[in-house]
Amino acid sequence: MKLADHFRIPGVSTRAIKVWQRNKDVFMKDIKLNFLPPFLEPLLYLMALGFGLGKFVESIDGIAYAEFIAPALIAVSVMYASFFECSYSSYVRMYYQKTFDAIVATPLTIEDVIAGELLWGATRSMINAIVMIPVIALFGLIDIRYSLLIIPFAFLGGLLFAAIGMCFTAVTPNIMSLNYPVLLFITPMFLFSGTFFPLSALPLPIQYFAIAFLPLTHIVNVIRSLSFGILEASLLFDIIWVLFVSVLLIVLSINLMRKRLVI
Amino acid sequence: MNKISFTIEEGEVFGFLGPNGAGKTTAMRMIQCVSPLSSGRLEVMGMDVATRHREIKSLMGVVPQENNLDGDFTVYENLLVYARYFDIPRPEAEKRATELLDFVHLLEKRDVMTETLSGGMKRRLVLARALINRPRLLILDEPTVGLDPQARHLIWDKLRGLKKRGVTIVLTSHYLDEVEKLCDRLVVMDYGRILVHGSPAGVIRDFIGSDILEAENHPRLLECLRQREANYEIIGDMVHIYVDNARELSEYLLMECSLSKISARPATLEDVFLKLTGRRLRE
Repeated sequence: MKLADHFRIPGVSTRAIKVWQRNKDVFMKDIKLNFLPPFLEPLLYLMALGFGLGKFVESIDGIAYAEFIAPALIAVSVMYASFFECSYSSYVRMYYQKTFDAIVATPLTIEDVIAGELLWGATRSMINAIVMIPVIALFGLIDIRYSLLIIPFAFLGGLLFAAIGMCFTAVTPNIMSLNYPVLLFITPMFLFSGTFFPLSALPLPIQYFAIAFLPLTHIVNVIRSLSFGILEASLLFDIIWVLFVSVLLIVLSINLMRKRLVI
Repeated sequence: MNKISFTIEEGEVFGFLGPNGAGKTTAMRMIQCVSPLSSGRLEVMGMDVATRHREIKSLMGVVPQENNLDGDFTVYENLLVYARYFDIPRPEAEKRATELLDFVHLLEKRDVMTETLSGGMKRRLVLARALINRPRLLILDEPTVGLDPQARHLIWDKLRGLKKRGVTIVLTSHYLDEVEKLCDRLVVMDYGRILVHGSPAGVIRDFIGSDILEAENHPRLLECLRQREANYEIIGDMVHIYVDNARELSEYLLMECSLSKISARPATLEDVFLKLTGRRLRE
């Protein structure tokens, strides 16, 4: 496959929604279990880091440490939810359960299936944001004015990480190898995207690297601004970056999966 | 796949035969519109697979080689979720799902998860799932592999019932007795080519004759056979003699060549298969 073929716009139909529905139906079967992590995780992190470690941290730009990390927790959850959904979970459905094979015997195409998977990954990110926002608001760590805007943005950010996960799913030789992108890409992002300390604490070249190549940086930036009640023009840069890279990687991931599965 | 050409008539049961790696599954996947053609043309139900794949797939049911039931759902939910891919409205889907579970004798397993089903039950459920859209064309890749005789007979029975209702059936199978029983016409493939096509009886008649005599390999027997210019094949320490009149030759061999052991049986598709594709193990 030539490079240009990787970025050819795939033909996706509205039937993709049926794959989304399938995954939603499975999710709803264990809804209590599925709602627990986004409910519990911010509580644990806020207690340990925000209120525990936070006692020893000076305020950051006049903001209490707990307040500083609270939006980052949402951003990290957005990343984890869709990345893991479209990497490990999609791989299990594709390879072990042969769910995709069964679906492409119906009027759906493999492009529809992957698009449905990506939409569902993004939905999981959004669900996590919906659960986390009130929990964090309960501690008074979020400005409620623009906080609802975080929800659609969580969906967009979710799409981005869903596409990243799906690209790795498309090229991984086996499920164990998915540990590499987690270790080398997701975990560094978790730590170095302005999540637990401001990006400005890092050397300048690394800051530029983070802005150019670590998508979480932009997600953290937008969610943090919104939860501080700040709506400024500079956010447009982050949003356009996320939009552009999302479209690129969605197209790439569908084409890569097509290449892997259509033989 | 190497320049194959075939036509399947509406309402018939058509078999693809061949050793592993012969290209049967690839041919089936092309009919299912999931593997693209590198060249040539393939029409299914009068529609080109390259452009009208969604329409074709909406009129087709598929029983794949590997059971790919949705392990996240119960038996009944598997049918409902699958019906949704075909845009079948929910009430209609529920009605069909119940009818189909009855059809394949799985009503009492309605609410169990699919992994707890036995192999035969899973296969029946896959068949039921393939029928959820009331297909005109049913494709089965090794429909009875690994099943006990009871389950195989049940599947055969269901397939004959579907044929009576006018469903066209295309299948592959390594069980040649199954193919002989079910198929109106068949092709034998190897190395991506079609070697023969015809009805099971016709193919047997053309390539073997009506009967086979089996005798132990013995120099005197071979001499006798050469004298009679018989059509025979040596297989290990046995000799297979392909004949149209088994009685005449066997009497001759017993009398004239003083053979003690010889047995006659009707020729089967398996004999044709082995003759055409050889006895060497594949893969």
